Amino acid sequence: MNQETNNAILEISALKMYFPVTRGLLRRKIADIKAVDGVSFKMEQGETLGLVGESGCGKTTVGRCVLGLYRPTAGKVIFQGTDIAGLPEKKLRGIRRDIALIFQDPYSSLDPRQSAGNIVGEPLKIHNMINSRKEYLERVEHLFSIVGLDPGMVNRFPHEFSGGQRQRIGIARALASNPKLIVCDEPISALDVSIQAQIINLLEELQEGLQGLSYLFIAHDRSVVRHISDRVAVMYLGRIMEICKSRELYENPLHPYTRALLSAVPIADPFVEETRERIILKGEVPSPINPPEGCPFHPRCFMAIPECSQGIPPLRVIHEGHEVACIRV
Amino acid sequence: MAELLKVNDLVTQFKTESGVVKAVDGVSYYLNEQEIIGLVGESGCGKSVSQLSVMQLIRPPGKIIGGEVLFHGQDLLKYPANGPEMRAVRGAKIAMIFQEPMTSLNPVLTIRQQLTEMLVLHMKMNEEDARARAIELMGLVGIPAAERRIEGYPHHFSGGMRQRVMIAMALSCNPHILIADEPTTALDATTQAQLLELMKDLVQRLKTSLVIVTHNLGVVARYAQRIYIMYAGRIVESGTTKDIFQRPRHPYTIGLLKCIPRLDEEEGTKLVPIVGLPPNLINMPATCAFLPRCSWKIDKCFKEPWPELTPVNGNHFIRCYADTSEYKK
Repeated sequence: MNQETNNAILEISALKMYFPVTRGLLRRKIADIKAVDGVSFKMEQGETLGLVGESGCGKTTVGRCVLGLYRPTAGKVIFQGTDIAGLPEKKLRGIRRDIALIFQDPYSSLDPRQSAGNIVGEPLKIHNMINSRKEYLERVEHLFSIVGLDPGMVNRFPHEFSGGQRQRIGIARALASNPKLIVCDEPISALDVSIQAQIINLLEELQEGLQGLSYLFIAHDRSVVRHISDRVAVMYLGRIMEICKSRELYENPLHPYTRALLSAVPIADPFVEETRERIILKGEVPSPINPPEGCPFHPRCFMAIPECSQGIPPLRVIHEGHEVACIRV
Repeated sequence: MAELLKVNDLVTQFKTESGVVKAVDGVSYYLNEQEIIGLVGESGCGKSVSQLSVMQLIRPPGKIIGGEVLFHGQDLLKYPANGPEMRAVRGAKIAMIFQEPMTSLNPVLTIRQQLTEMLVLHMKMNEEDARARAIELMGLVGIPAAERRIEGYPHHFSGGMRQRVMIAMALSCNPHILIADEPTTALDATTQAQLLELMKDLVQRLKTSLVIVTHNLGVVARYAQRIYIMYAGRIVESGTTKDIFQRPRHPYTIGLLKCIPRLDEEEGTKLVPIVGLPPNLINMPATCAFLPRCSWKIDKCFKEPWPELTPVNGNHFIRCYADTSEYKK
């Protein structure tokens, strides 16, 4: 694919990631966990795509396939024109420089025995991005200051920082290799409310400052995803149920699962809460080892008809830029 | 509505090597019969410790230093923590649901053993009646096939189902008060909604009062009738849910509400984070603990100690010198 004619930084098509379930001494495969089962989407350069869904829906697995941490069972992950899905480890390393990750838990994702400066500077060394010790220190201090940390703190250890500051260290580390795409896996859900807003603003400012930086923003918090994303994809049992512009998704959700998911999350406004639609789903998410026939959501769906159990509904365009996988819409 | 619980000037402290942590520093609140109140604050503000103090579940180095916990007019703090009076109240009259459904059940005991223990102890039932009642309770909280599943172990249950078991356990002795400490934080959005609806229905049906301890402003907006906002071990604002969200008056509450992305916000709106970090609860100054982060501060705040809760309007109280009456959201 040609980059000049195509502005997509990332294009995922028919991505499948199955994890084998084995049993016995011979580790015989008895089933597959279909964590991601046919996901396709495209991200423009400079775009923020929100990926929402409940735990086990495969959103983190998609993120990991993008990072090249998993070798997908099938499908393509085209990053800047190269399919990285089947690339050997050596070639992947060069590409990993352009794709970074911000973790969910700022407490367990930093090595407690390394100084904050070492943690932030490690990608610089791995990717041979510096020539001298002096340049290294300058880069690390610069990274500290862009994420709003005092460069005087490079020699401190993770336990000396608060949760919000640790997340800033994680962000500085992600920025070290000048990535084009950052996968943010629930980057704020472990933080306090007053600190969350600081981190969201920082991510937004970084995107404004570094032209063309894209975020794949994996989260479950409805209002935060709406706030930060340009477009949002809703996942359920390894599939995308609905994808569209974030404003549109929250104003006019079409898929019954999206409607239920959005209504499930309470909004911090008692006046809105009094009047809004509230759909409480029954039951739990089925096991991805043995997903239901047909539409994976139909056993819990309040709009289901017999046809829903026959054949998996593909994503179809309802109107410009709004795709839904449901036959009832 | 009669007053069921009244907490006056509760003080709980923890002695540590670096000094005394004033986790709860003069907290007063009340709870009426059949009322749902919310206790809101960020981590470390003392919201959980205040509730554990009510139940006298504080272990050394923690200690309840003073105050009153009037339950049906009797001061529970007069009784020793392990005495018969407290044992008759704890779990039976005042029950608690904890945050982690994964860790608050005993993994080596069956659900039956754990559910019937309280019934045998508090309700003096025999094993057979207790088992029947436990199955009934499991049905009440929506666990399917209770007859069969009661002999299962916690690891046979999903997170949401475990929390249902916890709710069943808490309700088993018909408590007058149910304290839910971050009851759904560890769970998925749709499961969260299921459980909160379930709890609301049950407390209405069983005429129980509910205290929701949470950092999630959305949850209290949806379910609570009155709200207490805590900061650094004290209540800084209290009032009806509508008053707090419509006309927040304490600078901390105002800040918290500005931190959350609003659903009706204009595109490109920036969040306004609260600057700085929550204070260290060791060696707190006598002045207002929120002062270093406050954008409303006046000269008086630096000179005078933290003010008492003062009424601003009917049942709406704040602990602040600044005039915030002009604030419009």
